[in-house]
Amino acid sequence: MRRGKGMKFVGDSRIPANKTRNVPKDYSEYPGRTEAFWPNFLIREWLTGSVFLIGFLILVAAHPSPLEQQADPTNASYIPLPDWYFLFIYQILKYQFAGGDYIVIGALVMPGLAFGALLLAPFLDRAPGRNVSKRPIATSLMLLGTAVTIWLTYESVSAVDYQQRSEQYLVDVEAQETEVEIDTEAAGYAAYESSCMQCHGEQLQGSGNNPSLLATEKSVEEIKDIAVNGIGSMPADMFGGSEEELQQLAEFIKQTAEANGGGGSGGGDSGGGSH
Amino acid sequence: MLQKLYDWVDERVDVNPIWRDIADHEVPEHVNPAYHFSAFVYCFGGLTFFVTVIQILSGMFLTMYYVPDIENAWNSVYYLQMEVAHGQIVRGMHHWGASVVIVMLFLHTLRVFFQGAYKKPRELNWVVGVLLFFVMLGLGFTGYLLPWDNKAYFATQVGLEIAAATPVIGDQIRTLLAGDQSIVGAQTLTRFFAIHVFFLPAVLFVLLGAHFILIRRQGISGPL
Repeated sequence: MRRGKGMKFVGDSRIPANKTRNVPKDYSEYPGRTEAFWPNFLIREWLTGSVFLIGFLILVAAHPSPLEQQADPTNASYIPLPDWYFLFIYQILKYQFAGGDYIVIGALVMPGLAFGALLLAPFLDRAPGRNVSKRPIATSLMLLGTAVTIWLTYESVSAVDYQQRSEQYLVDVEAQETEVEIDTEAAGYAAYESSCMQCHGEQLQGSGNNPSLLATEKSVEEIKDIAVNGIGSMPADMFGGSEEELQQLAEFIKQTAEANGGGGSGGGDSGGGSH
Repeated sequence: MLQKLYDWVDERVDVNPIWRDIADHEVPEHVNPAYHFSAFVYCFGGLTFFVTVIQILSGMFLTMYYVPDIENAWNSVYYLQMEVAHGQIVRGMHHWGASVVIVMLFLHTLRVFFQGAYKKPRELNWVVGVLLFFVMLGLGFTGYLLPWDNKAYFATQVGLEIAAATPVIGDQIRTLLAGDQSIVGAQTLTRFFAIHVFFLPAVLFVLLGAHFILIRRQGISGPL
């Protein structure tokens, strides 16, 4: 290490007197086919990284990350589950002398000893030999620790019914994105298409301030009235056909709403769309 | 033009040795899978860093939509997942990356351990590495709460109870993390967000820097 040797004072700072060339590290102790990090080795690293990234992105694309229902602190029936890499601690705490009254042993003493030993491994295993066979105690302790961790994780996982959990707890995306079935053969569809679709959408879903008709709780008579006289910001005389067509239109809207979970049962957010 | 600009900076700052140090070292044969396929075990550390970079980048984009507030946290995640273009991919990368980085870290730890690569003179780098492992677990624990779904809420409640079981200072640790003696709520979420996004990444960067500088100074351990 240079401690000011070969440095000279320039003003108030010191700079190296001789320009030192950047000498590559000498691996002549291990004769073989060394290669330059840049660019020879790096191009291979880059290829390895690319292959890894492809595999990783396939995983991401194939399994969208799960999102459960919004946290509800009053939900008393929920069974907590940590992420998988904490399951081994979770499992320890289930045993009689490591959990409950003895939680200090399971939560602190045992993991503390294990991870403390891991942290201080170089100072506990001081013999110069690096080969696995030359340090049987360190090797066997590490094997034991790894095996116990894997076994505890396995025990914990096997007690969980992930299929059932995902069905019970995940956000029901399908219910929120169900394709609305519109009977385009219905008698009232033509009237809907010409008079209403521009504002209320091809699937009666509404847009902007124009509410969805799928959740309407109105009766056929009320729908007829609104189509002719308007309501709220909806102007009157949107519908200009005959009385028979008006009847068919109102029945079409009512039937479609009922068939798609509206018509009085559409509670929650979707109910907010109806006037 | 670029050369002139580089020379101008180099003349004043002497940047040449900085990057030549990274570029100009030789990679020994025994860590190169091109010569010995079994040397792929040396890839685990690099892949851990690669996934860490993925985590940093995807996390930066996630914070453009995420709102650390109990009213909006879940809704912002839901919006990101369902409505935002490629939001599902970005969140998916962060979600799966969090697991993959633990796997890679574990494999890297086993490689270094069973090769005895932590022996003199590399004791300090091993300690730094294990501290990095702890930081990663901390990032996993705090990040788990942020979507504010049931899984996150109740797992964090259990985790905080375990932390509170620490003798003497248990309640203080709990209050520091959760913002309250008993409630897991608005303060817990903002604190976990701050820890996840500012405190632990700061520690992570310092430790990563130390890890890499030590590798360059000490070189890769020789073959067994």
